[in-house]
Amino acid sequence: MSKDNRKKIRESLAKRNRSERHFQWFGKLGVILGLAAVVLLFVDIISKGSGAFRATYIQLEIEYDPDAIGVLDVNDTEELIFANWQNFAKKSLRDLFPEVTKRGEKRKLNNLVSEGAGFDFRDQLTQSPNLWGTKETLWILADDDIDTYYKSWLDDDPFSARLTSEQIKWIDQLHSKGLIALKFNTKFFERGDSREPEQAGIKGALIGSFFTLVLTLLMSFPMGVTAAIYLEEFAPKNKWTDLIEVNINNLAAVPSIIFGLLGLAIFINFFGIPRSIPVLGAIVLALMTLPTIIITSRAAIKSVPPSIREAALGVGASKFQTTLHHVLPLSLPGMLTGAIIGMARALGETAPLLMIGMVAFIVDIPGGFTDPATVLPVQIFLWIDSPERAFVEKTSAAIIILLSFLMVMNFIAVYLRKRLERRW
Amino acid sequence: MRSIMSILSVFSILLSALLSSYAMSRDGIQVVGSSTVYPFSTVVAERYGRSSGNLTPTIESTGSGGGMKLFCSGVGVNHPDITNSSRRMKKSEFERCIENGVEEIIEVQIGYDGIVIANALKAAALNISRKDLFLALAEMVPTEKERELIENPYTSWKEVNSDLPDLEIEVFGPPPTSGTRDAFAELGLEGGCKTFDWIAKLKKSDKNEYKRICHTIREDGHYIEAGENDNLIVQKLNANPDALGIFGFSFLDQNADKVKASKIESIDPTFDSIADKSYSISRPLYFYVKKAHIGVVPGIEGFLREFTSERAWGEDGYLADKGMIPLPEEERFLAAKNTRDLIPMTGKEALQ
Repeated sequence: MSKDNRKKIRESLAKRNRSERHFQWFGKLGVILGLAAVVLLFVDIISKGSGAFRATYIQLEIEYDPDAIGVLDVNDTEELIFANWQNFAKKSLRDLFPEVTKRGEKRKLNNLVSEGAGFDFRDQLTQSPNLWGTKETLWILADDDIDTYYKSWLDDDPFSARLTSEQIKWIDQLHSKGLIALKFNTKFFERGDSREPEQAGIKGALIGSFFTLVLTLLMSFPMGVTAAIYLEEFAPKNKWTDLIEVNINNLAAVPSIIFGLLGLAIFINFFGIPRSIPVLGAIVLALMTLPTIIITSRAAIKSVPPSIREAALGVGASKFQTTLHHVLPLSLPGMLTGAIIGMARALGETAPLLMIGMVAFIVDIPGGFTDPATVLPVQIFLWIDSPERAFVEKTSAAIIILLSFLMVMNFIAVYLRKRLERRW
Repeated sequence: MRSIMSILSVFSILLSALLSSYAMSRDGIQVVGSSTVYPFSTVVAERYGRSSGNLTPTIESTGSGGGMKLFCSGVGVNHPDITNSSRRMKKSEFERCIENGVEEIIEVQIGYDGIVIANALKAAALNISRKDLFLALAEMVPTEKERELIENPYTSWKEVNSDLPDLEIEVFGPPPTSGTRDAFAELGLEGGCKTFDWIAKLKKSDKNEYKRICHTIREDGHYIEAGENDNLIVQKLNANPDALGIFGFSFLDQNADKVKASKIESIDPTFDSIADKSYSISRPLYFYVKKAHIGVVPGIEGFLREFTSERAWGEDGYLADKGMIPLPEEERFLAAKNTRDLIPMTGKEALQ
């Protein structure tokens, strides 16, 4: 009998070991696949997006001559508004290529530099009027077609479909004289959205995301934590609280676009909040993250050992004091982690914002909670949909920034947990 | 419990007071509407914002139909000032506007957009007629016999028209929510559909049946809905040289190194052929302005002036650079004048 058994066990040993090995292989395979996906994603995005951090500039000698832009009196602000500021760059380009005389060719030549250059001259001269009449050698941002061509040409795979043969010749000449170069793209971090890819920046979306998230946190965290404490420590356990618990869990799984519809129906149509503003976005996102925060906070409160509560109650603390002085501080790390994970989800949402007008073209950088704004994932969505070729790399660059934001937030979550966590 | 209730009620009163104070005024122009007009409208908004020093208008891409719905929902700062559209306002939409108190609407036609049928650069060049498109993509097609419709049996372009290569019918195009899809059905498919006499006669006798036959696209996998993103279609064409794709002219312009357009009835889609309407699948683009908002929301008149200026929508204007096809000169001048004089629609226009 016992001998039989031992034999059986010995015989099945190989099989049992094998199934363990198989299990380990599957586990490793899963890990490897996951890592490979992450690596692939990062390599793809970084290789596509790294170009956006550098832009093509053309060196021009600019003479701030009021005649060139049709201004008679430089102190007449009215006249300065209607001045043709772009002419500074045009004149300098014509001096550089005096052989260009035909009208059509001149137009092509003027198209080498970004249309935004004129606005930069205007800002420059409004700030320091003593520059009038002086000369300056400046690196001027090139047009997006030139930028795309120059970058692809440096990579030996020129994309020339958008340029004429003259333009290509001029770029060659500029290159041989060292007057065209790639430089760090400061505009990308200084400006809001634009329909000219070379002028488009991420700052508007970054600030918009910041305002929206700050308000979301302010609205959802205190409310979520209070609700969790009440449900966990004070509320009686009966079928009503059971019902509430089931509903909170359901709410956490509701697709985010539903919250957008709610925002549209209640906050826009009923309360009359204007569309597209961070306050509205934050209300909707706060409703969306609230269940997540309640659930994680309740889990954190549950993990505080009952002995702590009993000890506090034993020395005469009231229920409220016990909760406030002992349970809350001990469960705070878990709550914060939950809140940050909820915020990370809110940071990546576009669907609920679609309904409330935050998926919009907004150029001005928002200055407050009630200025029209958009957020990072929306900016990605808008750029990927644009026909201009140069937006491809902008899109990837915006993804890089969004991912680094998410990583920073997750690191903070891990750090807080490590730092504040107590083990019993 | 009483105290909690009173705190809550105070809180809600404060909240609604705060919110209604926001709703009282708005400083920036709000534009909604077509995703096809969006790339043009945004350029104008940006230029206007930078050169005037006013706030830059915010522009949402909601689709033509969605934009009309928002636009016609009422007068007041909670409703948008302008809606873009890649088709003319429908009669039903105009009536809805009037019903909701939006009585004076200024209509501005800004130009044209072409819809192209393209394939990968390395694939064979095609010359397709609208009839071929209809036979290849409609759900039901007519047979030799009069008044008989069968479910679309064609699987290859050669079966549709013996001059075309023996390629499987595989077309990437926009989903039903898109204005491009509506326009393609109306201009491309209907154009081919009308070539069958008995169907053309149906237009007078049974308009709904006519529309159903001409506008319904097959759903058996030969027409593939590729989402609203035209860049995606361009990428898919590159990966699959046998497939065709349907998208706007501006995307063709930007991706000339990857895809090429098929001729439609022997005409290439170019800037000129779309402008003189010899290329058959082109559509007008519009925007609509609420007259009641002019003077209430600052900057609308300036925005209109920028949009209808020669440097924007003229032959050499910056909108042409972005791929919009300008109106003929005379129409343009007239439209600019009417816009400057803020002449509203009368309701007598030939709206569909």
